[in-house]
Amino acid sequence: MSAHTDVHAAHDGHDHHHDPHDEHHDDGIGHVSLKGYMIGFVLAVLLTAVPFALVMSGGLKDSGTTALVILGFAAVQIVVHMVYFLHMNAKSEGGWNMLALIFTAVLVLITLSGSIWVMYHLNHNMMPALMDPRNLP
Amino acid sequence: MSDHPDLTKLIFGRLSWDAIPFHEPILLATFAAVLVGGLVLLGLITKYRLWGYLWHEWFTSIDHKKIGIMYMVLGLVMLLRGFADAIMMRLQQAISFGDNLGYLPPHHYDQVFTAHGVIMIFFVAMPIVTGLMNYIVPLQIGARDVAFPFLNNFSFWMTTSGAVLVMASLFVGEFARTGWLAYPPLSGILASPDVGVDYYIWSLQIAGVGTLLSGVNLLVTIIKMRAPGMKLMQMPVFTWTALCTNVLIIAAFPVLTAVLALLSMDRYLGTHMFTNELGGNAMMYVNLIWIWGHPEVYILILPMFGVFSEVVSTFAGKRLFGYTSMVYATIVITVLSYLVWLHHFFTMGSGASVNSFFGITTMIISIPTGAKIFNWLFTMYRGRIRFELPMMWVVAFMVTFVIGGMTGVLLAVPPADFSLHNSLFLIAHFHNVIIGGVLFGAFAAINFWFPKAFGFRLDPFWGKCSFWLWVVGFYFAFMPLYVLGLMGVTRRISHFEDPSLQIWFQIAAFGAVLIALGIGAMLIQFVVSFLRREQLRDVTGDPWGGRTLEWSTSSPPPAYNFAFTPVVHDGDAWWQMKRLGWQRPLAGFIDIHMPKNTGAGIILAGISTVLGFAMIWQMWLLAALAFVSLLAVAIGHTFNYNREYYIQAADVARVEAARTEQLASHV
Amino acid sequence: MSDAKSYDTYNTAAAPLRFHQETEHHPENGTLLGFWLYLMSDCLIFACLFAVYGVLGRSYAGGPTGAEIFELPLVALNTSLLLLSSITYGFAMLEMQRNRVNGTLVWLAVTGLLGAGFIGIELYEFGNLIAEGNGPQRSAFLSSFFTLVGTHGLHVSCGIIWLITLMVQVKRKGLIGPNKRRLWCLSMFWHFLDVVWIGVFSFVYLMGVLP
Repeated sequence: MSAHTDVHAAHDGHDHHHDPHDEHHDDGIGHVSLKGYMIGFVLAVLLTAVPFALVMSGGLKDSGTTALVILGFAAVQIVVHMVYFLHMNAKSEGGWNMLALIFTAVLVLITLSGSIWVMYHLNHNMMPALMDPRNLP
Repeated sequence: MSDHPDLTKLIFGRLSWDAIPFHEPILLATFAAVLVGGLVLLGLITKYRLWGYLWHEWFTSIDHKKIGIMYMVLGLVMLLRGFADAIMMRLQQAISFGDNLGYLPPHHYDQVFTAHGVIMIFFVAMPIVTGLMNYIVPLQIGARDVAFPFLNNFSFWMTTSGAVLVMASLFVGEFARTGWLAYPPLSGILASPDVGVDYYIWSLQIAGVGTLLSGVNLLVTIIKMRAPGMKLMQMPVFTWTALCTNVLIIAAFPVLTAVLALLSMDRYLGTHMFTNELGGNAMMYVNLIWIWGHPEVYILILPMFGVFSEVVSTFAGKRLFGYTSMVYATIVITVLSYLVWLHHFFTMGSGASVNSFFGITTMIISIPTGAKIFNWLFTMYRGRIRFELPMMWVVAFMVTFVIGGMTGVLLAVPPADFSLHNSLFLIAHFHNVIIGGVLFGAFAAINFWFPKAFGFRLDPFWGKCSFWLWVVGFYFAFMPLYVLGLMGVTRRISHFEDPSLQIWFQIAAFGAVLIALGIGAMLIQFVVSFLRREQLRDVTGDPWGGRTLEWSTSSPPPAYNFAFTPVVHDGDAWWQMKRLGWQRPLAGFIDIHMPKNTGAGIILAGISTVLGFAMIWQMWLLAALAFVSLLAVAIGHTFNYNREYYIQAADVARVEAARTEQLASHV
Repeated sequence: MSDAKSYDTYNTAAAPLRFHQETEHHPENGTLLGFWLYLMSDCLIFACLFAVYGVLGRSYAGGPTGAEIFELPLVALNTSLLLLSSITYGFAMLEMQRNRVNGTLVWLAVTGLLGAGFIGIELYEFGNLIAEGNGPQRSAFLSSFFTLVGTHGLHVSCGIIWLITLMVQVKRKGLIGPNKRRLWCLSMFWHFLDVVWIGVFSFVYLMGVLP
C-alpha cells in the first residue's frame, strides 16, 4: 500500500524532466541481463535433460517414484523459468504480479487436484467395474 | 451440375428456408412485432438524423461513462426479453394440467427455459454489473478513464455480439433445449444435432471474450489509476467489491471458455471428451463448468454488496460500519468461492467424503456474507435514515436476500440436497438470491447513480410503484415454488397431471404478472423522469449528500471527469472535502490528455458476429473469410499508434465556467 | 465517532490539506500488468485442459496407450527447439535494451524460425498419429491429448503471427516506447508458453510412457 504512494511521489518528481531514458522505467519494463538469461538457460537444459534421460533409459524400478521425480523436476524448472525468463520477483508492478501468480497457482492446484479427486471418487462409486485394474485394457 | 449442392452447402451450410419458423405462430407474431418495432426505431433515427451522432458520440466512444451506459441499456433491453421468457413459462405451468397441454409445445418450452437462464445471467446480470463498474469505478478512484479505453469499447461490443446471436436464434433456427448450462450428453451431437447448442456455445464464447477483457481492464484500472493518496484501504467499498469481482472474472471465465471449447470439439470434430463412448466422461463437463459457475454467482453479487454499502452509508448519513471487516469479508468470499463448486452436484455420487468437504465449505461461505448484513444493519443503527428509492431497495434486499441465503444453507446439507436437488425449491432459492440480491441491487444502483449519469433524478412516484409491484410480485411468484419444491416437483417440466399443484402455479403466475407491471412502471418511470427532467434537475452534482469522489464532479460529469485530479486523504474522500470546506478551483486549468474514439471495436465485434453465425450454420467459406478479416483488422489496428489527443485548457475552462454559472444559479 | 476524531486531527495539522493536484497526473502504464493478468487467465485455460487430461488420460477405450504412440526422441527435439527459442528471444530483448534495431530483428527472426520448427514437428507428429488411425476421435485419451497439445501449438502459432507483426512494426517505427512494451509482452507470452510446455512434456509425454 505504501509502495503505491511512493511510486506516485517518485512519479511526480519525474514529470518535469522527461527524458527518453526514463521512459522504460515508467512503463514498468525491467532490466534484463545476459547473465540472467544464461543461468536460466543452463538450469533449464539440465532440468529438462535429466527427466528425459531418466525415462528414456528405462526409468526407476517404481513408476510412481519416477513420476514424482519428473513432477519435482518440472516444478523446479517452472520456477527457474519464472525467475530467469519471466523476471518474476516480489517487487515488479508493486507486488501485484507476484500476488496474481500465487493466486493463479492456488487456483490451478484447486482445479487440477479438485477435479481429479472428485472424478476419482465418482468413478469409484458409480463405475466400480471400470476402476478394477483387471478390467482396464 | 453435380457440383451445385456442394457449392450451396459451402456457402449456406445448414441454413435453409426450413430454419425460419413459419409454422410457429407465437414466434411469427414476435418476429412481426420486432420487425415493425425495429423499423420504426430505425426510421426515427434516420428521420432525426441521429446516425452520425450515435456513431461518433456512442458506438465508437471510448469514454467509460458512455460505455457504462450502453452496457446498462443492453442489460435492460435483454431483461425485457428474459422476462418475456419467464412469464411465458409461468403461464404455461399455470394452465398445463391434465387434458390441457398449455400453449407451448415441449420443444419450444425447453428453448424458452434455456434462453431465460442464459439471457438473465449472461446478457442481463453481467452487462448491468459490468456497466455499473465501468461507470462508477473510474469516478470513484478519481481517474479520467479506464486503463485500456479501446479494449473497453471492444469488450462492450463483443458482449453485444453475443446477445445479437442469442436474439437471432429466435428467428433463424432455434436455441438450445438443454438448460442454461447445456450438460452433455444432452448437449452432445447425438442428442442435439441441430443448431441450438451451437448458438449457445458461440454466443457465450464471443461474449466471454468481452467479459474477460473488461475484467482485466477494470482490475488494472483499480490497481494503477487511483488518485494520488488513495491507499487500498481507502478505496470506496464499491471499488473494493469491483476489484474482487474482476479478480473472479479473470480467474473464472477462462474455465468457461475452456469447457465450452471442449464441448464444441466434441460437437464439431467428433472427439470423445464428454460423450458416452470411447472413454468420454460427461460428468467432467459438469465438474468443470461449475468451477466457473460458482464464482460466477459471486461475480454477480459482490458488486451489488458494494452498491448496498454505498447506499446505506449515504442514506444513513454515516460512515460505513466495519469498513475493514467488509473488505476482508469480500476477499474471503472471493477465495472461498473456488472451494464450493461441488455443491451443485452432490447427487452425482462422489460419496460421503467429497460431499462433506464441499458441504462444509459452502456453509462457511455464509459467514462472511452474514457479517456483511450485520455491517449494514449497524450502519443504519442510530443513523438518520432517509427512505429514498435506493434505500428502499436496500431494505427489500436485506429481507429477501437473508431468506434466500438461509434456504441456501439448507441446500448445502448434502442429505437434504438429495431430496431437494433439481426441485423447484432450488429454483426458488436462487431466484431469491439473484432477484433479491443482484436485481434489487441493480435497481438501487440505477436510482442512486442515475442523476450522476444524466443530470436529473428519477421520478420517485413511479419508482415507488415499481418498487412495491416488484417486491410483492417477487414473493407471490417464488414463495409457492418453495412449497412445490418441498412437495417434490422438479424443474423444467411443461405439463403436470396432479391437479392439487395447480393453485400454487397460479399464485406464482399472478406474482409474475405483478412483476410485469413492476417492469412497466419502471419504464414509465424513465419516460416520466425524462419529461419532468427540469423539475428533477440535479445542479449540484451531489443530489444525495454523497461521500465518495463521483459526487464531487458535475452531473453528468465532463468527458475528462475531473478538471484537476483529486488528492485523497480519507476513505470517504468527498465527505472529507465537504467537511473541510474544499473550494472548487476556478482558474489555472491545464491541457488534459485523453484517448481518442475508434471504430475498431464495433467493427471487430461485427466480424465476430458473422464468424459466430457462420460457424453455427457451418458456412465454412464465410467462416474462413470472417476469420481472416478478423485477423487482418485486429493486426491493422495495432499499426495505429496515434490514439490520444489533448483537451485544450481553454475548453476545460469553458466547461468549468458553465458549471460555475449553473452552481451559482442554484444558490 | 472515529469519523469526527479523524477530521479534527486533520484540522489541527499545520498545513491545510491539498485536495487536488494542479499539474496533470500521469498514472503508470498498465499494459504489462494487464498482459500478465491475461496470461494468468490463459494459465487457467491450460489448467482445465490438464485436468481433463488428468481425468481422461487413461481412458484408452481399447485404443493405443501413451507408451505405444509417444516418440520421446521427437518430443526431446521439440523441447530443445522451444528451449532454444526462449534463449534467442532473450538475446532479442538484450539487443532491444541496447536500442539496436537490426540485432533485435535478427534474433526475433531466429526465434520465429525455431517456433516454426516446433510447429512443424508437432504437425508431423499429429499427422503420423492420424494416419495410423490414432486421431482425436479414437479415444477419450487421444481426444484430451490432441486438445491439450494442440491448444499449446495454437498458442505458439499465434505467437509467431504476433512476432512477425512486431518485426514489421519495429522495422517501420524503430524501438520506440510502445514497441518496446509490445516486445516485452510478447516475451512474457513466449516464455509463458515454455512454462506450459514444461507441464506438457512432463505430465503428458514423460509420465505417459511410464509403465
